Amino acid sequence: MKLKLLKALTVAAVAAASTVTSTLATAQEQFIPILSYRVGLYAAGGSGFFGGAIDYFNLVNANGGINGVKISWEECETEYNASRGVECYERLKKKNGGASLVEPLGTGIAYGVLDRLPVDKIPMTTMGYGRSDAANGQVFPYVFPLITSYWNQAAGMIKHLGDKAGGLDKLKGKKIVHLYHDSAFGKEPFPVLEALEKSLGYQLIKIPVAHPGTEQNSQWLQIRQANPDYVILWGWGVMNAVAIKTAARNGFPREKMLGVWWAGSEEDTIPAGDAAKGYTTMTFNTPGNYPVIDEIRKKVYGAGKGNLADKDRIGSVYHMRGITAAMLWIEGIRNAQNKYGKGKVMTGEQIRWGLENINVDEKRQRELGAFNMFPTIKTSCQDHEGSGAVKVQVWDGKAWKAVTPNWIQGDRAMVQKMVAESSAKYAAEKKITPACLPG
Amino acid sequence: MIYREAGQFKTTYLNDSQIFPIAQDRYAVAALLIVAFIAIPLFASQYFFSAILIPFLIFSLAALGLNILTGYAGQISLGTAAFMAVGAFASYNFMLRVPGMPILVAFILGGICAAMVGILFGLPSLRIRGFYLAASTLATQFFVVWCLTKVPWFTNYSSSGVITAQQINILGIPFDTPGEKYVLVLIIVSVMALLAKNMVRSNVGRSWMAVRDMDVAAEVIGFRIVRTKLIAFAVSSFYCGIAGALFAFCYLGTVEPEAYNLDLSFRILFMVIIGGLGSILGSFLGAGFIVLLPTVLSVIVHYTGLPNSVTSNLELMVFGALIIFFLIVEPHGLARLWQIAKEKLRLWPFPH
Repeated sequence: MKLKLLKALTVAAVAAASTVTSTLATAQEQFIPILSYRVGLYAAGGSGFFGGAIDYFNLVNANGGINGVKISWEECETEYNASRGVECYERLKKKNGGASLVEPLGTGIAYGVLDRLPVDKIPMTTMGYGRSDAANGQVFPYVFPLITSYWNQAAGMIKHLGDKAGGLDKLKGKKIVHLYHDSAFGKEPFPVLEALEKSLGYQLIKIPVAHPGTEQNSQWLQIRQANPDYVILWGWGVMNAVAIKTAARNGFPREKMLGVWWAGSEEDTIPAGDAAKGYTTMTFNTPGNYPVIDEIRKKVYGAGKGNLADKDRIGSVYHMRGITAAMLWIEGIRNAQNKYGKGKVMTGEQIRWGLENINVDEKRQRELGAFNMFPTIKTSCQDHEGSGAVKVQVWDGKAWKAVTPNWIQGDRAMVQKMVAESSAKYAAEKKITPACLPG
Repeated sequence: MIYREAGQFKTTYLNDSQIFPIAQDRYAVAALLIVAFIAIPLFASQYFFSAILIPFLIFSLAALGLNILTGYAGQISLGTAAFMAVGAFASYNFMLRVPGMPILVAFILGGICAAMVGILFGLPSLRIRGFYLAASTLATQFFVVWCLTKVPWFTNYSSSGVITAQQINILGIPFDTPGEKYVLVLIIVSVMALLAKNMVRSNVGRSWMAVRDMDVAAEVIGFRIVRTKLIAFAVSSFYCGIAGALFAFCYLGTVEPEAYNLDLSFRILFMVIIGGLGSILGSFLGAGFIVLLPTVLSVIVHYTGLPNSVTSNLELMVFGALIIFFLIVEPHGLARLWQIAKEKLRLWPFPH
């Protein structure tokens, strides 16, 4: 028995050794490690997001790469666990000529690698999560919370609610419930919501939901008693579907609920069934179909290289988010190539510069086949976010539809001031002198 | 043949009470320490330090802490990660708020804070046992994480509840690179493991084991149950607190309270169960098994060329199957397996 096991292990090891040599990338490839999670609690999000990114890589490669440089990647399963994620990062960072950039899509992992980035000179994107104050590139030169952060999102939410009420001044005296996941994630928007409470004069009621949030009757009883005008749902995972269903049971109109973007995917609404109809959330992608997604269908899935097992998920919220992320990474690499030499493999340092100088305007979006799929982005050393705009989408029972035709922006000046304060505190704690890195 | 104590006579009490009574064991441990202290820092790669060795040592220390409580004193605990969190956040605050605080002192103070929390939450153990105690330690887990997210002072008013560990600097020597951090962690873990080994051989350890085996009988023969149980909680939490501080300062760097969730508590409990309850060596073996095996598996499985959605799940299935396999083959853990191997080796090649 034991001998057999040993034999099997040896066979596996030999097989592994032989495939190592065959999968080694050639020098002319830009290597991107994929710290994905396809098992565990958050597998639905992970498989969609990283599937989207890989689909886009395949599309870029099918179209001849970035000025001839093909993209190579390797996946490593993190299970959304910080120590597994750090191990994956360490394992892949030096591989195949060095990692171009990382995107762990998990707050814990992002924090775990945060201190290692400047040493290894590898940029990290945290699209739609992570530290909001990392938007200040002078303190966090290697971190890019691209498109928009939690703080801008919270400001955007209030802006949208104000528009709904007929103007921001109409929010005075209104009651807004912040129903949040009781963790660092749920508390992240507090500073913004509280500052706006003071300036706009609405009444903010904060109600926490303990992880995982499968039981929310007492919270919704509280909400019923308070009878608020709006409920902000800052949840994730199973908490979202439960919130929607409990709202329905308590007769709270779903139209008055506004979810965070981690509460706004098909995976959140479909389990809630009919109760989810009319439920709105924030997003940084306009739902719909785009030329680039058609191209992926044709060239990637047509060639049998598609990453999603279920083809119905093509163009779903998480998939589109993955495509968007990959598109911006490739733009960053392309920028770097324009500066440091076309057709060459870029280093992490050069890509950092590229990401810091992304400029995707409407014209560029059209060229990419993704017009209006995400807001226009222009990054700089002071602004690693590049946009801060968000959109609101509504679930019509079958699919997400955009509610706001235009991108909405909250009180950006206020958020920027808070970013500056918070990052200055971080810099003082870590004894960093804020400065832009030279190109 | 090689591993045999024939001819090794103990002529003094000192000889008789050493940690490793057999000379071969002493040589092996000395060799292991030389490798760990000299050879590895010279030759290992950065990946090896920061992704394998440092987490392995830190989890070993946490498992050792839990093993003292669960394996030696027989009190089941599901709050290990909470004690780690107390250690980490306390050390962080000592470093932040006391100017010129030496980091090692901050670690020790962090451990003491964890020990005090441990004593507090160990009080129910005086009345309840077994599964009921496990449920009450579960409260520690939720309370501590809740408290750290609730009271902004602990995280220095960071809006997201995240702390960033300060730089490590001992007597003017900075510990920045993974290799240096490894050495620091190794020294702390070795010293504490040695202390633990001696503690469990002393009257304290014997009183723990007496309480574990039958607390009524222990009381009858004169052990003070209250004191024994609370000391076990304090020592165990102290070890976990130091492990938690190292987890934040030497491994992750930036942590949120969520990093110390129930999941981590369970992982450490599994390390103790698989490694061997009531064994210092078992804590290390268990940590190795739980920390290293998934990595090894993922490397092997990912080279099979299967699509990633399959390999990720396959990895989990193989890991689960191995755990069941080991528990069936040896329910007393890897440490017991090692002990059996040693007994066999003694007789080899001429078994009776």
